[in-house]
Amino acid sequence: MTSPSFQLAPFAHNWLKFTPSGIFEMQSGKVELGQGISAALMQIGCNALGISPDQVNWVAGDTAHSPDEGFTAGSQSIEVGGAAWQRVGDIVRSHFALLAAQHLSCEPAELSLGAGTFNGPSGEKVSYHQLFEGGNLDWQNLRVDVENPGVIPIRLAVVQVTRADLCLKFTGAGFIHDRSLPNMWHARILRGPHPFAKAINLNVAQLERLQGVERVVVKHNFLALLGRDEGQLVKAHAQAKSLTSWSCPELPRHQGTAALLMQLHPQSSIAWSQDHGHPSAPQSDLDQRSLRQRYSRPFIAHASIGPACALARPDGNGGVVVWSHSQGVFKLRDQIAEALQLLPTEVQVVHAPGAGCYGHNGADDVAFDAAFIAHTWGLNVRVQWSREDELSVSPMGAASLVEIDAGLNGDGLVDRWHVQVWSPTHLNRPGWGGGIQLLGAWSAIADCHPPVPVDVPLPTGGGLRNAVPAYDVGQLTVEHHFLDTAPVRVSALRSLGAHANVFAIESMMDELSELNGEDSGAFRLKHLSDPRARHVIHKVLDMSGWHLRGEAGSGHGYGLAYARYKNKAGYCAIVAHVEVSERVKVDKIWACVDVGVIVHPDGLLNQIEGGILQAISWSLLESVQWNDTGIVSQDWDHYPILSFNDVPQMEIHLIEDNVNPSLGSGEVATGPCAGALGNAVAHALGIRARHMPLNPENLMQSINHAL
Amino acid sequence: MISFQLNQSSLTTQADPSVDVLHFLRSSCSDTSVRFGCGGGQCGACTVVIDDQAQNACSTPLWACEGRHILTAQGLVDDKIGQTVLAAFIEEQAGQCGYCISGILMRMTALLKQHPDAEENVIKEHLSRHLCRCGAHARILRAVRLSQQKLRSAHDIP
Repeated sequence: MTSPSFQLAPFAHNWLKFTPSGIFEMQSGKVELGQGISAALMQIGCNALGISPDQVNWVAGDTAHSPDEGFTAGSQSIEVGGAAWQRVGDIVRSHFALLAAQHLSCEPAELSLGAGTFNGPSGEKVSYHQLFEGGNLDWQNLRVDVENPGVIPIRLAVVQVTRADLCLKFTGAGFIHDRSLPNMWHARILRGPHPFAKAINLNVAQLERLQGVERVVVKHNFLALLGRDEGQLVKAHAQAKSLTSWSCPELPRHQGTAALLMQLHPQSSIAWSQDHGHPSAPQSDLDQRSLRQRYSRPFIAHASIGPACALARPDGNGGVVVWSHSQGVFKLRDQIAEALQLLPTEVQVVHAPGAGCYGHNGADDVAFDAAFIAHTWGLNVRVQWSREDELSVSPMGAASLVEIDAGLNGDGLVDRWHVQVWSPTHLNRPGWGGGIQLLGAWSAIADCHPPVPVDVPLPTGGGLRNAVPAYDVGQLTVEHHFLDTAPVRVSALRSLGAHANVFAIESMMDELSELNGEDSGAFRLKHLSDPRARHVIHKVLDMSGWHLRGEAGSGHGYGLAYARYKNKAGYCAIVAHVEVSERVKVDKIWACVDVGVIVHPDGLLNQIEGGILQAISWSLLESVQWNDTGIVSQDWDHYPILSFNDVPQMEIHLIEDNVNPSLGSGEVATGPCAGALGNAVAHALGIRARHMPLNPENLMQSINHAL
Repeated sequence: MISFQLNQSSLTTQADPSVDVLHFLRSSCSDTSVRFGCGGGQCGACTVVIDDQAQNACSTPLWACEGRHILTAQGLVDDKIGQTVLAAFIEEQAGQCGYCISGILMRMTALLKQHPDAEENVIKEHLSRHLCRCGAHARILRAVRLSQQKLRSAHDIP
């Protein structure tokens, strides 16, 4: 099967250009979000083509030039984008090898290749660029979307690619924030404490008088302050916000996630059912050997360290050029075009790196803000959000309540598993579902409203991602209570529903193993037949000295969890060691990960380390807060994240694999880390906390409930 | 009029003395290595070194820099300790998105200038004024340790 990346980019020239200066211009639709993907993809391409990284100009995410590979999301960049580059490289190399063999009067098998030059058996050489200029190849019609292409293997020099972007990001103009345009205005959008708050009694004349504001532009409910001096404009923006009164939509009272989500009106359906067929025990036995528990996680913010930013300028022909750190420049282009009533060809979106991206954050919104100002008022503009906007009006990761009702048969095997998930959609990206998904468009354009939310169905799942347990659980039912409203704006955040669902499943597996009087590692293994799953669990148990873990209730605890991300991607097993006194302190994390053939070991390690530490932060500390005035967790004091003082030791083992296809890794650790923490806390306390964050308040509630 | 040294250059400016150093450096000195994170001194992204002290540029007014020396990430390559710290961070690939790193480089440069053998708990305490969202903390700590090793071995060479 050819890569989905080739659907809109079927030709080799969509991916690769030979520049007259001897450079290989490699084009990708997968963009650098801080995850180091450019280095990994470039390495795949270089090693398929037999070229070295210093010969490459890497261009990613420009709607005027790059292949449209959809979103850079869902841990698909290696699996799909990497497979695409492998195929492009194999096909191009093979065609050029035939030309080289002809040129050097030898057999293709006699060639070797390095740094873009083919070497013949008696020392003669010819380069890609020389062959390209020879014109003996129908380059414009060379397709890469062919099934089973004849691929010619060649001995070639294998290269390692190190990230080239870091030095500039550490010391200079490495980010979109650092760009400027000629005759550029800075703009700040006036927004309230909630994405759907409306200004009341807006006094534009008063705002115009603020020092640093040179111009105020208004369209419907969209209001931007413009100035040339960014420092003064930032102060004026804060003043303008406090001078304005806001009307916030009526929000349900902030309370425990379970109670909150149960108040909202669900659309309920059976999303999945199957029977793995463990023989059922008699009903009376079932009743004694079953558990029904609820688990939850709250709304969680992206909380990137750098706020969303974009630049835009009119293109001189009625269209607009936009610079954005979006995950999906083509979808963003289409949405901006639709909102501004332009043709997609009249909008160009160029990707530029932002701060860390873990899903659908404010990047697309701020790009619209900039495009709208540039187009409507004919200005070159740079828009940056404030920290407060970033933590209040950008989309959040959705809360989930997960109830699992599971039973054991007479042999101590799970034979019945009924899971119910209450959650809003986990996906509201521009281009997903109908309508326009851009915050600014809803206030700037009459009759433009947030579309009706739609979640991602199984098997991939949004709220239901990883709701299907990896284990053989007999009769399985997955029930979805889809919530079409939420007190905050929601969209994709790293791993979507998997964070809550894996936490719930792995907590329940521990609770069932306890009910059965069995070690939770052994209990998991007897419900798993996939050898790769069993291997990562065995390995992490060995690494952590699991058999020495001791009795529950000592204040120190070990917890194990496992998941295969999306039930079809990377495998990850984690053991956490925690100490619980007034709060949870994580001492050490052991992880074992199997993502098939490893492309870029340090990039993979970086993703696993980061996934673990971010999951610790989410699971122990984080929860978006609101009251009737709007979102109140608008700064780092009110939305605390992991501190350097709380970073545990980590020992990570990556399974060496030469056979299985490479899988994405960015999201594999999130769910297992949450599950391992929950189980470690339960082991430490002898009491289980089922509601995240596992902070002192929620732990006290669990303790009080158990007493 | 305010005069100060920025990295290797001496500057005199007639800018509003109340402007914050962060926006002054970014807008008037084209030094975009100093990053806006929160504007409230909570995240550390804008940290610079002023006369060997790590400071949040977002909450330091320009007038406070009169006669002083500001070192930023852009100037690290010309600073003996700073270039070693930077090299160690690159070698360890100590970052994911990299947005928080320039501030961290500055605080670690200030720390290692004064306490080249700072213990792990002291390093963590200093780093706790910085937020990293990608979870690069472990490799940042490794890079600081590598910086210390490099500084020690540079010192040992006669």
